[in-house]
Order: sequence, then C-alpha cells, then structure tokens
Amino acid sequence: MAIEEILFWFFAVAAVAGGLGVVLHPNPIKSALFLVMTFFALAGEYILLMGHFVAIVHIAVYAGAIMVLFLFVIMLLNVPEETRQGGVWGAMRYVALGLFVFLSFQLSYFGFQDFFGDKQQLVKETEIGTVESIGMSLFSEYVLPFEIASILLITAMVGAIYLSKSKLIIEESKKKKAVEKEDH
Amino acid sequence: MGTLSIPLHYFLILAAVLFGLGVIGVITRRNAIVIFMSIELMLNAVNLTFVAFSNYLNNVEGHIFVFMVMVVAAAEVAVGLAIIVAIFRLRETVHVDDIRLLKW
Amino acid sequence: MHDFIWIIPLMPLLGAIINGLFGHILKGKAGFIASVAVLISFLYTVRAFFIVMDGTIIHNELFTWIQAGDFTAGAAVLVDQLSIVMMLVVTGVGFLIHVYSNGYMHGDRTVGKFFSYLNLFLFSMLMLVMGDNLLLLYLGWEGVGVCSYLLIGYFYEKESASKAGLKAFLANRVGDFGFAIGIFIIFSTIGTITYAGIEGQVDKLMAAGVVTSAALLLFMGACGKSAQFPLYIWLPDAMEGPTPVSALIHAATMVTAGVYMVARLSFLFVRSDVAMMVIVIIGTFTALFAATMALVNNDIKRVLAYSTISQLGYMFIGVGVGAFAAGVFHLMTHAFFKALLFLGAGAVMHSLADETDIRKMGNLYGKIKITALTFIMAWLAISGIPPFSGFFSKDEILAHAFLYSPLVWVFGAIGAFLTAFYMSRLVFLTFFGESRVEPEVEKHIHENPPVMTIPLMVLAVLSVVGGLIGIPAGLAYLWGGENHFANFLSPVFANAASYSEPHHISHALEYGLMAASILIALGGIYLAYLMYIKKAMDPDAIANRFSGAYKVLSNKYYVDEGVEAGILNPIVRFSQWLWHFVDTRVIDGFVNSAGKIVWLLSLIARRVQTGYVQHYASVMVVGVILILAYYIFR
Repeated sequence: MAIEEILFWFFAVAAVAGGLGVVLHPNPIKSALFLVMTFFALAGEYILLMGHFVAIVHIAVYAGAIMVLFLFVIMLLNVPEETRQGGVWGAMRYVALGLFVFLSFQLSYFGFQDFFGDKQQLVKETEIGTVESIGMSLFSEYVLPFEIASILLITAMVGAIYLSKSKLIIEESKKKKAVEKEDH
Repeated sequence: MGTLSIPLHYFLILAAVLFGLGVIGVITRRNAIVIFMSIELMLNAVNLTFVAFSNYLNNVEGHIFVFMVMVVAAAEVAVGLAIIVAIFRLRETVHVDDIRLLKW
Repeated sequence: MHDFIWIIPLMPLLGAIINGLFGHILKGKAGFIASVAVLISFLYTVRAFFIVMDGTIIHNELFTWIQAGDFTAGAAVLVDQLSIVMMLVVTGVGFLIHVYSNGYMHGDRTVGKFFSYLNLFLFSMLMLVMGDNLLLLYLGWEGVGVCSYLLIGYFYEKESASKAGLKAFLANRVGDFGFAIGIFIIFSTIGTITYAGIEGQVDKLMAAGVVTSAALLLFMGACGKSAQFPLYIWLPDAMEGPTPVSALIHAATMVTAGVYMVARLSFLFVRSDVAMMVIVIIGTFTALFAATMALVNNDIKRVLAYSTISQLGYMFIGVGVGAFAAGVFHLMTHAFFKALLFLGAGAVMHSLADETDIRKMGNLYGKIKITALTFIMAWLAISGIPPFSGFFSKDEILAHAFLYSPLVWVFGAIGAFLTAFYMSRLVFLTFFGESRVEPEVEKHIHENPPVMTIPLMVLAVLSVVGGLIGIPAGLAYLWGGENHFANFLSPVFANAASYSEPHHISHALEYGLMAASILIALGGIYLAYLMYIKKAMDPDAIANRFSGAYKVLSNKYYVDEGVEAGILNPIVRFSQWLWHFVDTRVIDGFVNSAGKIVWLLSLIARRVQTGYVQHYASVMVVGVILILAYYIFR
C-alpha cells in the first residue's frame, strides 16, 4: 500500500469520525471541536490532491476564523447541552438516518460513473493547485468575480454589525410583546 | 508526473458521506449553532469534490470555485451568527423548535 | 358652424364641477359661481335664439359618442325652434331661481353641494332638450332624474326627505323602463335613433306595426317624468326638497320633459291614433284628478304640487289632441307662473320660519307686500284671467280639445274651475282674512331680501306678459295679428300638422269658448271668495256634509296606501323570502359548504405545516433524493 493510500484512509477516517462527532455530540462546544478536526482532515485530503493554496486557505479561514467565531458565539450565549429527546424528535432521528443512507448511496453512485469516457486517473503532481497558478487565474480571468466577492464580504460585515448593534429593534419588539401579553 | 494510486471515486464517496452527515445534522439537531456547523460540513463536502475534479480534469476552475464557496461561507456565517445572537437576545433561546412561527 | 352652442350646456357642467370639488372652500361664493355659469348659458342661448329666429337650425356634432356595429350615436346638438324655446325657459327661469337660491339657501351648511347639484341639473336638462338623438335625450332624462333624486333628498337628515327621494327615483324608474324599451324598439326596427332618421323612416315603423307600442312605451317614460297618472305619486312627496328645487325641477323644467319629448317626437305620435287617445285620456284624467286633491290640502307646497300635476295634464291634453304648439306654449307660461308660485311660497315660508300649513297663515298681504303682489299675479295667471299668460295658453288647449271631443273640453273646464277655486283658496287663506299665524312667529315676519324678491318681480312680469307672444289666432285676427308663437314653432311640427288640420275652429266658437272659460275662472274665484273671505258658506260645514268625499280627497284617494299594499308590500315580502330563504339558506349554503369542505380538508392538510424548519428541510431532502433517483434510473 502506497503512502498516499495510507494517508487517504487516515484522513478519511478522521474526517468521517469528526463529522459523526459534530452531528451526534450533544455539547455544542465539543461539536465545534469535532468540526475543527474534520477541517484539518479535509485539508490533508486537499494536499493529497495537490491543492496547496486551498488547503492553507481552508485551515486559515475555516479552522482559524470561522470556527473561532462559532466558539465565541457559543461561549457568548452560554448555550447548554441539548437535553430534549423523544417525541417527534425520536422519529426524526430514523427519518434522518434513512435520508442519509439514500443520499449517500445515490451520490456515491455518481462517483462510479465514467465521467469523460477515458478512465483518466488522478495525478500525483500538478501545478494547477499552487498559489501561483490560482493567483494568475484570479487576477486575470476571474478578476471580476474576485472583486464581487470582496463586495459580498463587506456587505456581510455591514449586515452583521447592524444586526448585532440594533438593540432598538429588539427592545421595541420586546415592548410590543409585553403589550400583547397585557391585551390577552 | 505519476498517477495517484487512489481512484477518483474514493474522494467522491468520502464527500457523499460527509454531505449525508451534514444533512443528518441539519435535520436532527435543534441547536441553531450546531445546524450552522452541519451546513459548513456540507459545504466542505462539496469543496472536496471540486478539488478532486480539478485534479482529475487538470483544470484550475475547481480551485477558484472553492475559493468562492469559502467567501460565501464566511459571509453566511458572519450574518447567520449575528441573526442567531439577535434571536437569542429577543427570545433567550437558540433552539429552533422554540422558533416555529412558520405555521399557518 | 356655431360651435359656441356647446358653451350653453358646458357652463353649468363647469359650475357643477367647480362647486362639487371646491364647494366647501368657496362656501358663500358657490352660489355666485353657479349663477354666473347659468347667466353665461342664458346669454349664449339668447344669441342662439336670434340665429334660430332667422330660420337657421343649428346642428353641430362635437364627436361620435358611441360607435358599435350598426349603432351610432353622436354627441350632437340640434337647436331648432322647439329646443330654443325650452332652452330659453330652462336657462332663463333657471338663472332667476339660482339668484333666488342665493338668498333662500343663505347660511346652509353645504351650499356648495346644493349649487353643484343645481348646475348639474341644468346641464342634464340642456342636454335633454338640445340632443339630436334619443340617446342624448335619455342621457339628459336620467341625468335630471338623478339630480332630482339628490335634491329631493337634499335635507337627508330628515327621514321623510330621503324616503321621498327614493320614491321619486323608483317611480321614475318604472317609467324609464318603458322609455328605454321604446327606444330599443325604434332602434331595432329602423336602426337609427336620431330625430331626423326616425322622422325619415317613420313609415317603416308603421309598416312593422310597432309605432303604437313604441309611442305608448315612450309615453310611459313621460308619465313617470311628468308625473301623470298613475306614476304621479312621487311629485307631492318631492316637496320635501328645498323650495327653489321644487320651483326649478318639479314645476318649471324637469317635469315638462315628458311634454317636450312628445312634442319632439310629434311625427311619431301622430301616426298612432291609439297612442294619441291614451295621451288625451291620461292627460284629462290627471288634470281633473290632481285638481280634486288640491282642493282640500293644507300644505302650501303640496297644493302647488297637485296643481303642477294638473297643469301637466293640460299640457298632455294639448299635445294629445295634436295642438303641439299650444302644449309647448302652456309649458312655457306654466314655467313662468308656477316657478313664481313656488318661489313665492318659498318666500312666504322664509318669512314665517318655514311654516307650510296654510291654516297657520292669513292676512300676510300687508306684511310682505312684494311677495304677496307677485304671488297674486301668478294666481291670476294660473286661474286663467285675461290677459295674464295662463289664460291664452290654457284657452288654446281647451279650444283644440273641444274640436277633438267636447267631452274633453267639459272635463278640462271642470278642471279649470277647480284650479281657479283651489288657487283662490290658497291665496285667500295665505294673504287675506284674519291672521292665524302663531304669535311667536308673527313677531318676526319680514319682507325678504332683494336677491329673492327681484327674481319674483321678473317672473311676475313674465307671467303677466308672457302670454302675449302667443295670442290665439282667432283673437289676434281682430286686429289683423296672428299667433306668433305657433307660427314660430310650426316648422318643427310640419310633419304632424296634418293631424289637427281638419278641425278648423270657427271664430264664433272660439269666442264662445273663451267667454265660457273666463266665466268658469271667475266662478271658481267667486266661490272661494264666498267661502273664505265673506264666510257666506262655511267650508267646514261642507266638509262635514260630504265627509266621505272629503276623507277620500284628503287621503289622496288612498293611492299611496293602495300602492303600498298592492305593490310595495308584496315586493318587500317576496324580497324578504328571497333574502331569508334563497339567499341565506340556498346560496349561502352552497358557498358556506364549499368553504366548509375546504376547511375540513385543510384540517388534515395543515398537519404538514408543523412550523419546524427541520421538517421542511427533510421534505426538501426527500425532493433531492427523488430527483437524483430520476437521474439514476432514467
């Protein structure tokens, strides 16, 4: 067994285990940490596929920024463990399992398709995933989507700031609720 | 340039399994934050297929797409978490089964 | 040519729009604007009159109003001798009444609304008399109906007023129904509704055998609008409206629309002896019938209302016997003296704090001299004392009626006697004898302001001299004159002239009839004088002696009660059955059970909607799985 295969299976098992942990662990903080684990495992898979730039950005953005944001919010809100079980939720668990099986098998089925007719193989080394090649494409052919992406990020930032600042709206709706309660 | 001894469909099946796990999380978990995490999981599964196909087709566009997905994910998380914080301040809960106004 | 003619109807319309939109801002100025609008119309009408006098008939089409298949209706005016007479009466009397209203309605809260309606009425009335086709006539016909409804119910806070408005509207609706069908018959037979077109193809109507039915249906409309038996019932109640409205709409102009219509379509009516006979019979009966009801009524305005119905009966006798010019002549003189009577009655009421009961008047002559004097002029005119205007017009009608059938003359003469009697009774009880005014009111009796008395004086002059333009040919013959009015109108009735041609009246007979009618009028006045001034006969004693007849008369022959029991109550009961059974049970049953079924089904269906986002998400995933399955197993 080649080293690549060993690495693939190692990262694959780690990713799936992390995913299971995210979905199944009742404590949100632990879920988040499992998600970080999955992200690292996926970064390994990217490196196997010679996606250097994507792998590094993935670690930096997901594990570094997004997950920190998640953890902050969880701590800020002091979210308790999920304790509610049973009822409709018990049934939903089996529904979800059924959906999981169907969906995964169907998607895997496509994996076995002969996509382009010539049973091509994945390559061990390639230049396309490097920072240089991606940078060349991003700043030449895809410069417009790139700039639009920056606008999107700014918009999201403004929206997030506004949402967390708008105490007024929240207080007003609280007042309204109080009035409604009095009416009843 | 040698070929990789792992076939393409290994990566695709791994992505399918991770995507399915994400679906389970979205459907069964009641904590809005965990639901968000599950969505991230699904996005990552898709990213993996993009990168795998990019290698397979020797084409840079898959990487560009992954980059864009990350941008969208970052934006989505920023806004989404802000909404969750706002909802928490209003209703003192992040449980989606407490927030069921989408009913007649 | 003569495009200015459109200014005549459009000025009142403009006034109505301005007062309707800005009346609440204009307040006191609304009356001024309305009056000026009508004055401009009147002046242009005078200009048109001189053009028509020279023998030019103004025919001006502004645009094609409706064009659908074979049907064409133009927005076109036809101003000939008949129209111009009507227009002069409408705008002239209308202007005087507008001026009078400025005084009468002074201080009213919604005076802008009042003048807006009044102007709108004049617009409709002018369209009615100026249109060159039946559709424009119908437009004006319904327009004046609406304005009449609005103005009768003007004091809508009073229940009786709004009910009276409704009654007028419904009674008119019965007539208008026939009128519309009459128009349909004419259109479907000859395919045109212009007067010229109908006149040219009236033989086709004859050949199709529908001329009698068309004429009778059109006359049905005239019965409603001109308050002839049996559709007269709305007019007495219409007195609930403000008095200037009664003068303008329910005496001088609108109610004569039926007479105008018959005269306008004279070429059609003369083709049907049956229709003409029906018109004469109805006219005669109404003239007499309404006069008897006026004998015992004690409300100053209602007496005048019954008198109006009676006089309209005379006009229909005139047009029915083929003396169209005489009918229109009486229409014109009646407009003068009846408008004057109503405005005078309004002035009396104004002086007496809105008192309308003549039993609570008396000896007002010295206190409101101008009103009293003008009222007396009108009284002499309507009673038929020469040389006041009513004498000439009524006499000419009666002379023609005598030729048609002496019986009609006898009834007409009895009616004239009654008219002289009840008008004298009204005048004596109001202005002479001892005062029966309530002491509280008596202190405040005052003469009215000039804005009200000047129109009275102008109308009084017209009532006195208005008849001179139409001195009957027989009388004018004495000094070599002729009947100018009839000659002026003769082109309009050229096609109908043959109807009355054979009966040529001899001078001796005409003088005899005149003498008879003067004696009759004087007799009526003298009888009233004996009863109410000299007290030689006690009216109460007579009423007691004929208590049965008195009761019938004072209850207006129980017609209102009969209509209520025979027509209204069954309709109301039927409607209630429709409401309680058909509507609430059957129709609502269908509708409600349709709703209930949906409701029951949705009780099941709405379980799908749990409100949990995750349930929706799972359904979405199921959808994704199904789509993928389609691709796999395709």
